[in-house]
Amino acid sequence: METNELNAWFGSFQAIKNVSMKIRGNLTTAIIGPSGCGKSTLIRCLNRMHEVTPKARAKGRVLLDGEDIYSRDVDPVEIRRKVGMVFQKPNPFPTMSVFDNVAFGLRANGIRDEEFITKQVERSLRQAALWKEVEDNLDGCGAGISGGQQQRLCIARALAIEPEVVLMDEPCSALDPIATSKIEDLIFDLKERYTVIIVTHNMQQAARVADYTAFMYLGELIEYSKTKRIFENPEEELTEKYITGRFG
Amino acid sequence: MIYGNLKVRKLKDRLAYAIALLCVFAAAAPLISILLDVLVKGLPQFSMEFFTSELPSPGTGEPGGIGPAMIGSMYVIMIGSAIGIPIGIFSGIYVSEYGNNWFGRSVRFLTEVLSGLPSIVVGIFAFLLLVLGLGGPTAYAGGFALSIIMVPVVSRSTEESLKLVPNTIREASLALGVPRWKTTLKVVLSHGRAGIITGVILSIARIAGESAPLLLTVGWSPFVQTSLSEPISTMPVLIYLYGTSPYENWINVAWGTSAFLVIFILSLSIGVRLLTRGRFAYSRL
Repeated sequence: METNELNAWFGSFQAIKNVSMKIRGNLTTAIIGPSGCGKSTLIRCLNRMHEVTPKARAKGRVLLDGEDIYSRDVDPVEIRRKVGMVFQKPNPFPTMSVFDNVAFGLRANGIRDEEFITKQVERSLRQAALWKEVEDNLDGCGAGISGGQQQRLCIARALAIEPEVVLMDEPCSALDPIATSKIEDLIFDLKERYTVIIVTHNMQQAARVADYTAFMYLGELIEYSKTKRIFENPEEELTEKYITGRFG
Repeated sequence: MIYGNLKVRKLKDRLAYAIALLCVFAAAAPLISILLDVLVKGLPQFSMEFFTSELPSPGTGEPGGIGPAMIGSMYVIMIGSAIGIPIGIFSGIYVSEYGNNWFGRSVRFLTEVLSGLPSIVVGIFAFLLLVLGLGGPTAYAGGFALSIIMVPVVSRSTEESLKLVPNTIREASLALGVPRWKTTLKVVLSHGRAGIITGVILSIARIAGESAPLLLTVGWSPFVQTSLSEPISTMPVLIYLYGTSPYENWINVAWGTSAFLVIFILSLSIGVRLLTRGRFAYSRL
Protein backbone atom coordinates (compact mmCIF):
# COMPACT_ATOMS: atom_id res chain seq x y z
CA MET A 1 0.00 0.00 0.00
CA GLU A 2 1.24 3.43 -0.86
CA THR A 3 0.14 7.03 -0.52
CA ASN A 4 1.19 9.68 -2.96
CA GLU A 5 0.89 13.37 -2.11
CA LEU A 6 -2.18 12.73 -0.03
CA ASN A 7 -4.03 15.73 1.35
CA ALA A 8 -7.13 15.73 3.52
CA TRP A 9 -9.41 18.43 4.85
CA PHE A 10 -12.17 18.92 7.37
CA GLY A 11 -14.04 21.88 5.90
CA SER A 12 -11.28 24.43 5.37
CA PHE A 13 -8.89 22.90 7.89
CA GLN A 14 -6.17 20.83 6.29
CA ALA A 15 -5.48 17.81 8.46
CA ILE A 16 -3.05 15.99 6.16
CA LYS A 17 -0.42 17.75 4.09
CA ASN A 18 1.26 16.06 1.16
CA VAL A 19 1.89 12.72 2.79
CA SER A 20 3.69 10.18 0.63
CA MET A 21 4.65 6.89 2.20
CA LYS A 22 5.08 3.34 1.10
CA ILE A 23 3.71 0.74 3.48
CA ARG A 24 5.30 -2.69 3.32
CA GLY A 25 3.09 -5.70 3.03
CA ASN A 26 2.88 -8.33 5.78
CA LEU A 27 4.58 -6.07 8.26
CA THR A 28 3.28 -3.79 10.97
CA THR A 29 3.60 -0.06 10.54
CA ALA A 30 2.95 2.29 13.43
CA ILE A 31 2.02 5.92 13.10
CA ILE A 32 2.90 8.08 16.08
CA GLY A 33 2.65 11.75 16.84
CA PRO A 34 0.98 14.21 19.20
CA SER A 35 -2.81 14.57 19.37
CA GLY A 36 -4.30 16.33 16.39
CA CYS A 37 -1.36 15.63 14.10
CA GLY A 38 -3.53 13.80 11.59
CA LYS A 39 -2.63 10.17 12.36
CA SER A 40 -6.22 8.99 12.58
CA THR A 41 -7.22 11.04 9.56
CA LEU A 42 -4.39 9.48 7.59
CA ILE A 43 -5.49 5.91 8.20
CA ARG A 44 -9.12 6.83 7.67
CA CYS A 45 -8.05 7.97 4.21
CA LEU A 46 -6.63 4.52 3.52
CA ASN A 47 -10.05 2.85 3.46
CA ARG A 48 -12.00 5.92 2.39
CA MET A 49 -13.68 6.24 5.78
CA HIS A 50 -12.47 9.85 6.01
CA GLU A 51 -15.13 11.01 3.59
CA VAL A 52 -17.90 9.53 5.77
CA THR A 53 -17.49 12.50 8.12
CA PRO A 54 -19.56 15.49 6.96
CA LYS A 55 -17.54 18.14 5.12
CA ALA A 56 -14.43 15.98 5.03
CA ARG A 57 -12.60 15.43 1.74
CA ALA A 58 -9.33 14.03 0.53
CA LYS A 59 -7.14 14.55 -2.51
CA GLY A 60 -4.18 12.62 -3.77
CA ARG A 61 -3.43 9.04 -4.63
CA VAL A 62 -3.57 5.96 -2.45
CA LEU A 63 -2.43 2.83 -4.20
CA LEU A 64 -3.59 -0.62 -3.15
CA ASP A 65 -2.09 -3.40 -5.26
CA GLY A 66 -1.09 -0.73 -7.75
CA GLU A 67 -4.61 0.60 -8.11
CA ASP A 68 -5.61 4.10 -7.02
CA ILE A 69 -8.44 3.75 -4.48
CA TYR A 70 -9.38 7.39 -5.07
CA SER A 71 -9.83 6.99 -8.80
CA ARG A 72 -13.25 7.89 -10.08
CA ASP A 73 -14.49 4.42 -11.00
CA VAL A 74 -13.65 2.82 -7.65
CA ASP A 75 -16.49 2.13 -5.24
CA PRO A 76 -15.45 2.94 -1.64
CA VAL A 77 -17.51 -0.03 -0.48
CA GLU A 78 -15.18 -2.38 -2.39
CA ILE A 79 -12.13 -0.74 -0.83
CA ARG A 80 -13.48 -1.18 2.68
CA ARG A 81 -13.87 -4.89 2.07
CA LYS A 82 -10.16 -5.07 1.29
CA VAL A 83 -9.00 -2.67 3.98
CA GLY A 84 -10.53 -3.47 7.35
CA MET A 85 -10.62 -1.18 10.34
CA VAL A 86 -10.61 -1.40 14.12
CA PHE A 87 -11.64 1.71 16.00
CA GLN A 88 -10.41 3.47 19.10
CA LYS A 89 -13.39 2.55 21.26
CA PRO A 90 -14.64 -1.03 21.00
CA ASN A 91 -17.86 -0.78 18.97
CA PRO A 92 -19.49 -4.19 18.69
CA PHE A 93 -23.10 -4.14 17.47
CA PRO A 94 -24.95 -4.26 20.79
CA THR A 95 -28.13 -5.67 19.29
CA MET A 96 -26.30 -8.71 17.95
CA SER A 97 -24.82 -11.82 19.54
CA VAL A 98 -21.09 -12.52 19.57
CA PHE A 99 -21.49 -14.87 16.62
CA ASP A 100 -23.65 -12.47 14.60
CA ASN A 101 -21.20 -9.65 15.19
CA VAL A 102 -18.46 -11.59 13.45
CA ALA A 103 -20.79 -13.01 10.82
CA PHE A 104 -22.31 -9.64 9.99
CA GLY A 105 -19.70 -8.56 7.46
CA LEU A 106 -20.08 -11.86 5.60
CA ARG A 107 -23.85 -11.91 5.64
CA ALA A 108 -24.20 -8.27 4.69
CA ASN A 109 -21.89 -8.91 1.77
CA GLY A 110 -24.26 -11.53 0.43
CA ILE A 111 -22.76 -14.79 1.73
CA ARG A 112 -25.54 -17.27 2.50
CA ASP A 113 -23.62 -20.51 3.04
CA GLU A 114 -24.14 -20.99 6.80
CA GLU A 115 -21.55 -23.74 7.02
CA PHE A 116 -18.91 -21.46 5.57
CA ILE A 117 -20.01 -18.63 7.85
CA THR A 118 -19.74 -20.84 10.94
CA LYS A 119 -16.23 -21.91 9.93
CA GLN A 120 -15.15 -18.39 9.14
CA VAL A 121 -16.48 -17.05 12.46
CA GLU A 122 -14.54 -19.66 14.41
CA ARG A 123 -11.39 -19.02 12.38
CA SER A 124 -11.65 -15.25 12.90
CA LEU A 125 -12.31 -15.59 16.62
CA ARG A 126 -9.29 -17.89 16.91
CA GLN A 127 -7.11 -15.44 15.02
CA ALA A 128 -8.31 -12.70 17.33
CA ALA A 129 -7.38 -14.91 20.32
CA LEU A 130 -10.92 -14.74 21.61
CA TRP A 131 -12.28 -18.17 20.69
CA LYS A 132 -11.49 -19.90 23.98
CA GLU A 133 -13.18 -17.18 26.00
CA VAL A 134 -16.43 -16.96 24.04
CA GLU A 135 -16.70 -20.52 22.70
CA ASP A 136 -19.56 -21.31 25.08
CA ASN A 137 -21.15 -17.90 24.80
CA LEU A 138 -21.51 -17.38 21.07
CA ASP A 139 -25.18 -16.50 21.45
CA GLY A 140 -24.47 -14.03 24.24
CA CYS A 141 -24.80 -10.32 23.65
CA GLY A 142 -21.88 -8.75 21.82
CA ALA A 143 -21.84 -5.88 24.26
CA GLY A 144 -22.03 -8.11 27.31
CA ILE A 145 -18.36 -9.11 27.35
CA SER A 146 -15.48 -7.12 28.83
CA GLY A 147 -13.93 -4.13 27.08
CA GLY A 148 -10.80 -6.02 26.06
CA GLN A 149 -12.87 -8.91 24.74
CA GLN A 150 -15.09 -6.45 22.87
CA GLN A 151 -12.07 -4.99 21.13
CA ARG A 152 -10.85 -8.45 20.12
CA LEU A 153 -14.38 -9.16 18.93
CA CYS A 154 -14.11 -6.07 16.74
CA ILE A 155 -10.80 -7.35 15.42
CA ALA A 156 -12.38 -10.74 14.67
CA ARG A 157 -15.22 -8.95 12.94
CA ALA A 158 -12.75 -7.08 10.74
CA LEU A 159 -10.79 -10.27 9.98
CA ALA A 160 -13.87 -12.31 9.04
CA ILE A 161 -14.17 -10.73 5.62
CA GLU A 162 -10.48 -11.49 4.97
CA PRO A 163 -9.13 -8.03 4.24
CA GLU A 164 -5.63 -7.48 2.89
CA VAL A 165 -4.85 -4.61 5.22
CA VAL A 166 -6.04 -4.07 8.79
CA LEU A 167 -6.09 -0.49 10.06
CA MET A 168 -6.13 0.05 13.80
CA ASP A 169 -6.91 3.45 15.25
CA GLU A 170 -5.47 3.49 18.77
CA PRO A 171 -7.01 0.08 19.46
CA CYS A 172 -5.76 -0.10 23.03
CA SER A 173 -6.36 3.41 24.30
CA ALA A 174 -9.58 2.39 26.05
CA LEU A 175 -8.14 -0.81 27.54
CA ASP A 176 -6.24 -1.84 30.63
CA PRO A 177 -2.61 -3.07 30.45
CA ILE A 178 -3.52 -6.78 30.44
CA ALA A 179 -6.01 -6.44 27.62
CA THR A 180 -3.50 -4.22 25.85
CA SER A 181 -0.76 -6.82 25.99
CA LYS A 182 -3.17 -9.44 24.63
CA ILE A 183 -3.95 -7.24 21.67
CA GLU A 184 -0.28 -6.47 21.10
CA ASP A 185 0.51 -10.19 20.98
CA LEU A 186 -2.32 -10.54 18.55
CA ILE A 187 -1.01 -7.78 16.28
CA PHE A 188 2.31 -9.60 16.25
CA ASP A 189 0.61 -12.76 14.96
CA LEU A 190 -1.57 -10.94 12.49
CA LYS A 191 1.22 -9.73 10.29
CA GLU A 192 1.76 -13.26 9.03
CA ARG A 193 -1.42 -12.90 7.02
CA TYR A 194 -2.21 -9.22 6.95
CA THR A 195 -0.60 -5.86 6.55
CA VAL A 196 -1.23 -3.99 9.78
CA ILE A 197 -1.19 -0.24 10.18
CA ILE A 198 -1.64 0.97 13.73
CA VAL A 199 -2.06 4.48 15.09
CA THR A 200 -0.88 4.84 18.64
CA HIS A 201 -0.23 7.45 21.28
CA ASN A 202 1.95 5.08 23.12
CA MET A 203 5.55 5.06 21.94
CA GLN A 204 6.46 1.91 23.81
CA GLN A 205 3.62 0.21 22.00
CA ALA A 206 4.98 1.33 18.63
CA ALA A 207 8.41 0.09 19.64
CA ARG A 208 6.99 -3.26 20.72
CA VAL A 209 4.74 -4.12 17.80
CA ALA A 210 5.87 -2.22 14.74
CA ASP A 211 8.48 -3.04 12.11
CA TYR A 212 8.24 0.42 10.64
CA THR A 213 7.27 3.64 12.34
CA ALA A 214 6.13 6.95 10.95
CA PHE A 215 6.22 10.17 12.93
CA MET A 216 3.68 12.84 12.07
CA TYR A 217 3.46 16.42 13.20
CA LEU A 218 0.86 19.04 12.24
CA GLY A 219 -0.41 16.99 9.33
CA GLU A 220 2.99 16.36 7.83
CA LEU A 221 4.99 13.18 7.70
CA ILE A 222 8.23 14.11 9.45
CA GLU A 223 10.09 10.85 9.45
CA TYR A 224 9.40 7.30 8.39
CA SER A 225 11.77 4.37 8.64
CA LYS A 226 12.46 1.17 10.55
CA THR A 227 11.17 1.33 14.09
CA LYS A 228 14.60 0.64 15.54
CA ARG A 229 16.09 3.50 13.63
CA ILE A 230 13.34 5.94 14.59
CA PHE A 231 13.76 5.20 18.26
CA GLU A 232 17.52 4.81 18.44
CA ASN A 233 18.88 7.13 15.84
CA PRO A 234 16.27 9.46 14.35
CA GLU A 235 17.32 11.75 11.56
CA GLU A 236 15.05 14.65 12.35
CA GLU A 237 15.44 16.77 15.43
CA LEU A 238 11.67 16.99 15.83
CA THR A 239 11.38 13.20 15.98
CA GLU A 240 14.10 12.96 18.57
CA LYS A 241 12.45 15.63 20.70
CA TYR A 242 9.12 13.83 20.56
CA ILE A 243 10.58 10.41 21.29
CA THR A 244 12.53 11.66 24.24
CA GLY A 245 9.63 13.65 25.57
CA ARG A 246 11.27 17.05 25.21
CA PHE A 247 8.48 18.48 23.17
CA GLY A 248 6.98 21.95 22.94
CA MET B 1 -26.60 42.32 57.57
CA ILE B 2 -25.06 41.51 54.23
CA TYR B 3 -27.26 38.52 53.51
CA GLY B 4 -30.67 40.15 54.01
CA ASN B 5 -33.42 38.97 56.24
CA LEU B 6 -33.37 35.20 56.48
CA LYS B 7 -36.92 34.99 57.77
CA VAL B 8 -38.33 36.93 54.84
CA ARG B 9 -36.33 34.77 52.46
CA LYS B 10 -37.72 31.59 53.95
CA LEU B 11 -41.22 32.99 53.73
CA LYS B 12 -40.73 33.80 50.05
CA ASP B 13 -39.49 30.29 49.46
CA ARG B 14 -42.57 28.77 51.09
CA LEU B 15 -44.83 31.09 49.13
CA ALA B 16 -43.25 30.12 45.80
CA TYR B 17 -43.57 26.44 46.69
CA ALA B 18 -47.24 26.85 47.62
CA ILE B 19 -48.01 28.62 44.34
CA ALA B 20 -46.28 25.90 42.34
CA LEU B 21 -48.24 23.21 44.18
CA LEU B 22 -51.50 25.05 43.61
CA CYS B 23 -50.79 25.21 39.90
CA VAL B 24 -50.15 21.48 39.82
CA PHE B 25 -53.60 20.87 41.27
CA ALA B 26 -55.14 23.35 38.87
CA ALA B 27 -53.56 21.47 36.01
CA ALA B 28 -54.46 17.99 37.21
CA ALA B 29 -57.96 18.65 38.51
CA PRO B 30 -59.80 18.92 35.19
CA LEU B 31 -58.02 15.86 33.87
CA ILE B 32 -58.90 13.78 36.91
CA SER B 33 -62.46 15.02 36.98
CA ILE B 34 -62.96 14.18 33.27
CA LEU B 35 -61.49 10.74 33.79
CA LEU B 36 -63.67 10.07 36.82
CA ASP B 37 -66.81 11.36 35.12
CA VAL B 38 -66.23 9.26 32.02
CA LEU B 39 -65.43 6.14 34.00
CA VAL B 40 -68.29 6.51 36.51
CA LYS B 41 -70.87 7.01 33.80
CA GLY B 42 -69.29 4.78 31.19
CA LEU B 43 -68.12 1.68 33.04
CA PRO B 44 -71.64 0.56 34.11
CA GLN B 45 -72.53 0.30 30.40
CA PHE B 46 -69.94 -2.40 29.83
CA SER B 47 -71.30 -5.87 29.21
CA MET B 48 -70.76 -8.64 26.72
CA GLU B 49 -73.65 -7.26 24.73
CA PHE B 50 -72.25 -3.73 24.75
CA PHE B 51 -69.17 -4.79 22.80
CA THR B 52 -70.83 -7.17 20.39
CA SER B 53 -74.36 -6.20 19.49
CA GLU B 54 -75.82 -3.78 16.96
CA LEU B 55 -76.31 -0.10 17.64
CA PRO B 56 -79.59 0.51 19.52
CA SER B 57 -82.67 2.11 18.05
CA PRO B 58 -83.29 5.57 19.49
CA GLY B 59 -85.52 6.01 22.49
CA THR B 60 -86.58 2.41 22.79
CA GLY B 61 -84.87 1.91 26.08
CA GLU B 62 -82.98 -1.13 24.78
CA PRO B 63 -79.33 -0.89 25.77
CA GLY B 64 -77.73 -1.92 22.47
CA GLY B 65 -74.02 -2.15 21.72
CA ILE B 66 -71.23 -0.56 19.76
CA GLY B 67 -70.10 -3.53 17.67
CA PRO B 68 -70.32 -1.78 14.28
CA ALA B 69 -68.56 1.36 15.56
CA MET B 70 -65.70 -0.68 17.05
CA ILE B 71 -65.22 -2.53 13.80
CA GLY B 72 -65.46 0.69 11.82
CA SER B 73 -62.87 2.37 14.05
CA MET B 74 -60.63 -0.63 13.56
CA TYR B 75 -60.97 -0.27 9.79
CA VAL B 76 -60.02 3.38 9.67
CA ILE B 77 -57.15 2.90 12.14
CA MET B 78 -55.82 0.04 10.03
CA ILE B 79 -56.10 1.99 6.79
CA GLY B 80 -54.48 5.00 8.43
CA SER B 81 -51.65 2.83 9.81
CA ALA B 82 -51.10 1.04 6.52
CA ILE B 83 -50.52 4.36 4.79
CA GLY B 84 -49.09 6.45 7.61
CA ILE B 85 -46.60 4.11 9.31
CA PRO B 86 -44.43 3.24 6.28
CA ILE B 87 -44.39 6.82 5.00
CA GLY B 88 -43.60 8.13 8.48
CA ILE B 89 -40.82 5.62 9.14
CA PHE B 90 -39.14 6.13 5.78
CA SER B 91 -39.33 9.90 5.94
CA GLY B 92 -37.88 9.73 9.45
CA ILE B 93 -35.05 7.54 8.15
CA TYR B 94 -34.39 9.99 5.36
CA VAL B 95 -34.25 13.02 7.61
CA SER B 96 -32.02 11.32 10.19
CA GLU B 97 -29.64 9.40 7.89
CA TYR B 98 -29.57 11.34 4.62
CA GLY B 99 -31.17 14.64 5.50
CA ASN B 100 -28.11 16.71 6.30
CA ASN B 101 -28.94 19.15 3.49
CA TRP B 102 -31.49 21.85 2.67
CA PHE B 103 -34.02 19.30 1.49
CA GLY B 104 -33.81 17.25 4.67
CA ARG B 105 -34.11 20.35 6.78
CA SER B 106 -37.18 21.49 4.85
CA VAL B 107 -38.75 18.05 5.25
CA ARG B 108 -38.19 18.27 8.99
CA PHE B 109 -39.69 21.76 9.09
CA LEU B 110 -42.71 20.64 7.08
CA THR B 111 -43.18 17.68 9.42
CA GLU B 112 -43.26 20.07 12.34
CA VAL B 113 -45.83 22.25 10.58
CA LEU B 114 -47.89 19.19 9.70
CA SER B 115 -47.93 17.94 13.28
CA GLY B 116 -49.29 21.30 14.41
CA LEU B 117 -52.01 21.36 11.77
CA PRO B 118 -55.53 21.48 13.27
CA SER B 119 -57.11 18.10 12.60
CA ILE B 120 -60.26 19.72 11.23
CA VAL B 121 -58.11 21.18 8.44
CA VAL B 122 -56.80 17.70 7.67
CA GLY B 123 -60.43 16.57 7.61
CA ILE B 124 -61.44 19.29 5.17
CA PHE B 125 -58.52 18.37 2.92
CA ALA B 126 -59.55 14.71 2.85
CA PHE B 127 -63.16 15.78 2.40
CA LEU B 128 -62.38 17.91 -0.65
CA LEU B 129 -60.04 15.35 -2.14
CA LEU B 130 -61.77 12.04 -1.45
CA VAL B 131 -65.34 12.60 -0.28
CA LEU B 132 -66.23 15.05 -3.04
CA GLY B 133 -63.88 13.29 -5.41
CA LEU B 134 -65.32 9.81 -4.90
CA GLY B 135 -68.89 10.96 -4.51
CA GLY B 136 -69.50 10.31 -0.83
CA PRO B 137 -68.05 9.49 2.57
CA THR B 138 -66.03 6.25 2.76
CA ALA B 139 -63.85 4.34 5.22
CA TYR B 140 -60.96 5.00 2.82
CA ALA B 141 -61.32 8.75 3.14
CA GLY B 142 -61.28 8.48 6.94
CA GLY B 143 -58.20 6.26 6.93
CA PHE B 144 -56.47 8.65 4.58
CA ALA B 145 -57.21 11.63 6.83
CA LEU B 146 -55.90 9.74 9.87
CA SER B 147 -52.72 8.77 8.02
CA ILE B 148 -51.96 12.47 7.44
CA ILE B 149 -52.12 12.99 11.18
CA MET B 150 -49.99 9.92 11.80
CA VAL B 151 -47.11 10.67 9.43
CA PRO B 152 -45.48 13.54 11.36
CA VAL B 153 -45.76 11.68 14.69
CA VAL B 154 -44.11 8.52 13.33
CA SER B 155 -41.56 10.48 11.32
CA ARG B 156 -40.41 12.58 14.26
CA SER B 157 -40.10 9.66 16.64
CA THR B 158 -38.22 7.61 14.03
CA GLU B 159 -35.84 10.50 13.42
CA GLU B 160 -35.27 11.10 17.11
CA SER B 161 -34.60 7.46 17.92
CA LEU B 162 -32.23 7.01 14.97
CA LYS B 163 -30.32 10.12 15.99
CA LEU B 164 -29.64 8.39 19.32
CA VAL B 165 -27.84 5.54 17.53
CA PRO B 166 -24.14 6.23 18.09
CA ASN B 167 -22.13 7.08 15.01
CA THR B 168 -19.45 4.55 15.92
CA ILE B 169 -21.98 1.80 15.15
CA ARG B 170 -22.61 3.17 11.65
CA GLU B 171 -18.86 3.45 11.07
CA ALA B 172 -18.30 -0.10 12.26
CA SER B 173 -20.68 -1.36 9.61
CA LEU B 174 -19.44 0.93 6.82
CA ALA B 175 -15.85 -0.09 7.54
CA LEU B 176 -16.82 -3.71 6.89
CA GLY B 177 -17.64 -2.78 3.32
CA VAL B 178 -21.36 -2.76 3.94
CA PRO B 179 -23.13 -0.23 1.71
CA ARG B 180 -24.89 2.72 3.27
CA TRP B 181 -28.45 1.48 2.64
CA LYS B 182 -27.71 -1.92 4.15
CA THR B 183 -26.07 -0.29 7.14
CA THR B 184 -29.19 1.77 7.65
CA LEU B 185 -31.57 -1.17 7.32
CA LYS B 186 -29.65 -3.83 9.23
CA VAL B 187 -27.71 -1.94 11.85
CA VAL B 188 -29.18 1.50 12.45
CA LEU B 189 -32.83 0.42 12.29
CA SER B 190 -32.39 -2.60 14.55
CA HIS B 191 -30.68 -0.30 17.01
CA GLY B 192 -33.45 2.28 17.03
CA ARG B 193 -36.21 -0.33 16.90
CA ALA B 194 -37.58 0.27 20.40
CA GLY B 195 -37.94 3.99 19.81
CA ILE B 196 -39.63 3.50 16.47
CA ILE B 197 -42.11 0.98 17.86
CA THR B 198 -42.90 3.39 20.69
CA GLY B 199 -43.59 6.15 18.19
CA VAL B 200 -45.80 3.90 16.10
CA ILE B 201 -47.90 2.78 19.07
CA LEU B 202 -48.27 6.33 20.35
CA SER B 203 -49.34 7.47 16.90
CA ILE B 204 -52.02 4.76 16.87
CA ALA B 205 -53.19 6.00 20.26
CA ARG B 206 -53.27 9.50 18.82
CA ILE B 207 -55.47 8.67 15.82
CA ALA B 208 -57.75 6.31 17.75
CA GLY B 209 -59.38 9.30 19.39
CA GLU B 210 -59.32 11.72 16.46
CA SER B 211 -62.85 12.88 15.69
CA ALA B 212 -62.80 16.02 13.54
CA PRO B 213 -61.35 14.37 10.41
CA LEU B 214 -63.73 11.41 10.76
CA LEU B 215 -66.79 13.62 11.13
CA LEU B 216 -66.02 15.02 7.69
CA THR B 217 -64.98 11.85 5.92
CA VAL B 218 -66.50 8.55 7.05
CA GLY B 219 -70.17 9.47 7.30
CA TRP B 220 -72.30 7.08 9.30
CA SER B 221 -73.84 3.65 9.01
CA PRO B 222 -75.75 1.87 11.74
CA PHE B 223 -74.74 -1.57 10.43
CA VAL B 224 -71.54 -3.57 10.32
CA GLN B 225 -69.98 -2.53 7.06
CA THR B 226 -68.01 -5.01 4.98
CA SER B 227 -67.06 -2.64 2.20
CA LEU B 228 -64.41 0.00 2.75
CA SER B 229 -65.81 2.20 0.02
CA GLU B 230 -69.03 2.79 1.95
CA PRO B 231 -69.81 5.10 4.88
CA ILE B 232 -69.13 3.44 8.23
CA SER B 233 -69.70 4.14 11.89
CA THR B 234 -66.72 4.88 14.14
CA MET B 235 -66.43 5.41 17.87
CA PRO B 236 -65.56 9.13 17.90
CA VAL B 237 -68.40 9.91 15.52
CA LEU B 238 -70.70 7.72 17.61
CA ILE B 239 -69.83 9.73 20.70
CA TYR B 240 -70.58 12.96 18.86
CA LEU B 241 -73.89 11.82 17.34
CA TYR B 242 -75.27 9.86 20.29
CA GLY B 243 -73.96 12.15 22.97
CA THR B 244 -75.77 15.13 21.51
CA SER B 245 -79.00 13.22 20.88
CA PRO B 246 -82.07 13.54 23.14
CA TYR B 247 -82.42 9.77 23.66
CA GLU B 248 -81.32 8.38 26.99
CA ASN B 249 -80.20 5.00 25.72
CA TRP B 250 -78.04 6.69 23.04
CA ILE B 251 -76.47 9.01 25.60
CA ASN B 252 -75.62 6.00 27.77
CA VAL B 253 -73.99 4.25 24.81
CA ALA B 254 -71.98 7.43 24.15
CA TRP B 255 -70.71 7.37 27.76
CA GLY B 256 -69.76 3.73 27.48
CA THR B 257 -67.93 4.35 24.22
CA SER B 258 -66.07 7.30 25.76
CA ALA B 259 -64.94 5.15 28.65
CA PHE B 260 -63.82 2.41 26.30
CA LEU B 261 -61.85 4.82 24.09
CA VAL B 262 -60.17 6.44 27.08
CA ILE B 263 -59.20 3.06 28.52
CA PHE B 264 -57.94 1.87 25.12
CA ILE B 265 -55.76 4.94 24.55
CA LEU B 266 -54.49 5.01 28.13
CA SER B 267 -53.53 1.37 28.03
CA LEU B 268 -51.61 1.90 24.78
CA SER B 269 -49.64 4.76 26.33
CA ILE B 270 -49.04 2.97 29.61
CA GLY B 271 -48.20 -0.27 27.80
CA VAL B 272 -45.53 1.51 25.80
CA ARG B 273 -44.03 2.95 28.97
CA LEU B 274 -43.84 -0.46 30.59
CA LEU B 275 -42.48 -2.19 27.49
CA THR B 276 -39.72 0.26 26.76
CA ARG B 277 -38.41 0.90 30.22
CA GLY B 278 -34.68 1.32 29.74
CA ARG B 279 -35.18 1.26 26.00
CA PHE B 280 -32.06 3.33 25.42
CA ALA B 281 -29.87 0.94 27.35
CA TYR B 282 -27.74 0.53 24.24
CA SER B 283 -26.78 4.15 23.88
CA ARG B 284 -25.34 4.16 27.38
CA LEU B 285 -22.52 1.87 26.28
